Amino acid sequence: MRILVCVKQVPDTAEIKIDPVTNTLIRAGVPSIVNPFDACALEVAARIKDANPGTEITLLSMGPDQAKDALRECLAVGGDKAYLCSDRKFGGSDTLATSYILASAIQSIEEKDGKFDLILAGKQAIDGDTGQVGPEIAAHMGLAQVTYAAEVTVEGDDIIVKRESDKGYDMISVQKPAIVTVVKTEFDPRYPTIKSKMAAMRKEITVITSEDIPNIDLTRCGLKGSPTKVRKTFTPVKNKNCVIVDEGEVETSAVKLVEVLTEAKVL
Amino acid sequence: MSFEEYKNLWVFVETEENEVKPVGYELLKPGRELADKMGANLVAVVIGGKVEDIAKKAIEYGADEAILVEGDEYYNYTTDAYSIAMKTLVDKYKPSAILIGATNNGRDLGPKMACDLNTGLTADCTGLDYDAEAGNMVWTRPAFGGNLMAMILCPDNRPQLGTVRPGVFKKPELVEGKEGTITREDIHVAADQIRTKLIKRIEEVAEAVNLEEAEIIVSGGRGVGSEEGFNVIRELADVLGATVGASRAAVDEGWIPRAHQVGQTGKTVGPKLYIACGISGAIQHAAGISGSDCIVAINKDSEAPIFDVADYGIVGDLFTIIPIMISEIKKLNA
Repeated sequence: MRILVCVKQVPDTAEIKIDPVTNTLIRAGVPSIVNPFDACALEVAARIKDANPGTEITLLSMGPDQAKDALRECLAVGGDKAYLCSDRKFGGSDTLATSYILASAIQSIEEKDGKFDLILAGKQAIDGDTGQVGPEIAAHMGLAQVTYAAEVTVEGDDIIVKRESDKGYDMISVQKPAIVTVVKTEFDPRYPTIKSKMAAMRKEITVITSEDIPNIDLTRCGLKGSPTKVRKTFTPVKNKNCVIVDEGEVETSAVKLVEVLTEAKVL
Repeated sequence: MSFEEYKNLWVFVETEENEVKPVGYELLKPGRELADKMGANLVAVVIGGKVEDIAKKAIEYGADEAILVEGDEYYNYTTDAYSIAMKTLVDKYKPSAILIGATNNGRDLGPKMACDLNTGLTADCTGLDYDAEAGNMVWTRPAFGGNLMAMILCPDNRPQLGTVRPGVFKKPELVEGKEGTITREDIHVAADQIRTKLIKRIEEVAEAVNLEEAEIIVSGGRGVGSEEGFNVIRELADVLGATVGASRAAVDEGWIPRAHQVGQTGKTVGPKLYIACGISGAIQHAAGISGSDCIVAINKDSEAPIFDVADYGIVGDLFTIIPIMISEIKKLNA
């Protein structure tokens, strides 16, 4: 079985701070990590590989050369080979353009290596939080999609997905090939060993540029090929004037708080 | 692409097993305002098994008209059946913009539609506006874990698509008996065109947590300290008839199930009253509660950022404060 896992390198958004003076993001010193949901998708793939010997896991990312670090991390925890889509012409792409580029890249990889049975990705990346690239790759490639998967297993030609629903879970089956996006799983991604890290360091990461994708339509890539445009960004406003209830003793304050809330007709 | 052809604002009203998802009605509120600004009709698009009553209700909630697609293949959501139906409708009626509730199904459908229609989609919006001069929707959404807000446009493609979080907007007033045209569209999707099959549905009955629709939420964070610590949170929630929420920190510690999580990666809520107990108020949490009418913060640390977003605050130990509040509220209720 052949599995492709889409991986994005993201800033650790938990570490991002706002500069109180300029009101902009402070990115300096913020570590780059493998998008946590993509790490879960890779673990799902690795578990399928454990259960189905002979499975090959290919990794695909898009981004600057630095994204190779993320791919190497993934090579150390289950990935067999890795590709990085990297080209200035791809820069500034929104989700539709990004997914078009990735779908085109996947098709060119398939021409060389053979078709994938299953394409996995995280449900969304923690920087953009859109959750759109996975399903949009499916649509560009004409593949079936299942989103928000908590578990994925393979039974013959069927992929069985435990999908998060509003009330619990839906068990969904879909025939290969399909695209499945993965939520934070119950199980944690496996850790690399020193040996697997060393092996990952030695692996070649193939860079795919626009020239390596013969039929790519460059008018659909990058900023120009993106239907959505960012008009502006701003930091969320904090303009509330909090009324602090303080009557000296905390016990008295607690009584007063209920009184204040009752007067304000909040209670 | 001639934009003159593209008229009207659509709200996709999601259904499942012939029941409406509340966000569909919620979106009719901003939808009404936007449609008025656009000088357009507000159209509810209702797809489901047998859902005519939902279409009628959407009109009573403010839609000018409704488009209704019924069929057994729509009783449960599938990407294939719903996207085929939506594409058929959009090709025929050419709406200028479509609002979709950002449920799991809405966020599954939106990107499929964006690709099928070759247009832009803005995910998980928390703010909506219309720029009359340029004739564009202005979609506002959080990014970078809620640290940054972005205003997004889709100036050169139609329809403009956006998913909008449940709980950000409140349901509009229901005007009983309000009339509007319901147009039935006979669109059927053959079984072999639907590639995913629902094998079974597992409902988690353990505890129904409906944070998005709660009028009052009492939430606990790291300051609650333990699973047992949540007892006092539950007690306060009980006397107020409130739903129990939690911050990501408390959920990650395993003190309370993830279904209770409020914030950027949890649920976005908009209750009348939100009481944050022992929650520091990280930006991710603040982003999820900004739709609340009134926020009350209880925290030991007077410097906690939760006080920046709260309307009322009290500095002190929640285990001292909450029991007093409970007994005071009981006196009021008596």
